Amino acid sequence: MDTLNILLMAFISVVLINNLVFTKFLGICPYLGVSGRIDMAFGMGMAVTFVVTLSGTLTWLIDHLILMGTPLEVTRYVCFILVIAGAVQLVEMYVRKFFPSLYDSFGIFLPLITTNCAILGLCLFLNLEMVDNILEAVIRSFGAGIGFTMAICIMAGIRENLDLADVPVCLKGAPITLITAGLLAMAFMGFAGMIR
Amino acid sequence: MTNSNAKTARYAQTLIAGLWRENPVFRLLLGMCPTLAVTAAVKPALTMGCCVIFVLICSNIIVSLMRNLLKPHLRILMFTLTIATFVTIADLFLKAFVPRMSEMLGPYVPLIIVNCIIICRAEACASKNALVVSIIDAIGMGIGFTVTLCVLAAVRELLSTGKIFEVSLMPDAFVPWAAMSMPVGAFITLGLLLGLVNTVTGKKA
Repeated sequence: MDTLNILLMAFISVVLINNLVFTKFLGICPYLGVSGRIDMAFGMGMAVTFVVTLSGTLTWLIDHLILMGTPLEVTRYVCFILVIAGAVQLVEMYVRKFFPSLYDSFGIFLPLITTNCAILGLCLFLNLEMVDNILEAVIRSFGAGIGFTMAICIMAGIRENLDLADVPVCLKGAPITLITAGLLAMAFMGFAGMIR
Repeated sequence: MTNSNAKTARYAQTLIAGLWRENPVFRLLLGMCPTLAVTAAVKPALTMGCCVIFVLICSNIIVSLMRNLLKPHLRILMFTLTIATFVTIADLFLKAFVPRMSEMLGPYVPLIIVNCIIICRAEACASKNALVVSIIDAIGMGIGFTVTLCVLAAVRELLSTGKIFEVSLMPDAFVPWAAMSMPVGAFITLGLLLGLVNTVTGKKA
C-alpha cells in the first residue's frame, strides 16, 4: 500500500506539479512547432510518451546495472543519447508503417524527437534525483510523457482559437504563443503545494 | 588581393549574420529550453553562453572535418554523439572548477546536447562548409546566443530583484516582481522581447 501511495504521488507530481514544459522548460521546440492543430499535437504527445517511457526505463537500467560506480560514468550522456536515438528510430519505423498520413504531416518533427529536451531531461532527472526503484522510474517516465501530451494538447486547443483573435501584428506567431504559455504556466503554479 | 578581400568580407558577413540577421533565438527560434531555463539571473546565463560557444566551436570543427565521410541517414546520430562528447568535457570542467555554478545549472548543462542551435549549425553550416567558415559561423552564432541570453537575463533579474550583478539599479520604492524569476516571467519576457524585435525589424510573422 505504501509503495502504491509513493508511486501515485510520483505520477501526480510529474504530471501536474513538476510538469516538464511549464516548470522545467523542457520540450519547448516541438511545443511551439507542432501545437498548431490538436490532432497532430495529440499524435506528437503519444509518440513522445512512448519514447520517453521506453528510454527512461532503459537509461535507468543502463545507469544502475552498468555505469554506476565505474569509471564508465563519464560516458553517461553518450549512452543516454544513443538509447534515445534508437527508441526514436523504432517509433519512426512504426509510424511510417501503420500511420502513413500522420507520418507525412509530422515531417521533420518526428526524427527531431531525438533532440527533444524533454526526453533527455527526464533521463537526467531520474539520475539526479536518485530514483532507486525501477517501478518509480517507469511511472515517472510515463507521467512525464502524459504531462507533455496534456500541455501540448491544451496549447493546441488554445491556438486553434487564437487564429480567430485579433492579435497585434508584431506579436503574431511565436511571441503570442510564448505569452500564452506563460499564462498557462501561471495557472499550473496553482498546483504547487498540492503535495507536501 | 581582391580574392582575399572577398574572402574577408564573406567571413565578416558570416560572423555578423549570427549576431543579428540570423540570431538563433530571436530570428530562428532555436535553443528555447536553455534560453528560458537559465535566464533567471545574468551569471548563470553568461556561464551557459560560454559553454554553448565552446561546444559549438568544437563540434563545428569536427563535423566540418568529417563532412565528406557522413552517410545521410546516420548524420544526425553522428552529430549528437560528437556534441555529447564535448558537452561531457564542458560539464566535467564546470564540476571541477565552478562547482556551485554547475549545481545551479543542474541538468541544463548536459541538455546542451539536445540544444537545437548546435545541431542546426552542424547540419546547415558545418556539414557543407570548409573549416574556417564553420569556425567563424560557430563564433558568430555562439556570441549571438550569449548576448540574447544575457539581455533576457538582465531584464528578468532587474525586475525580479532590482539588481544586476549585486548592483542595485532600481529606486528604493521598487517592489520586486517575484513572478519574473519564475517560469511565468521567462515565457512572457521572451514573448514580449520577440514582439519588440519583430517591431524593430518590421517583420510580419
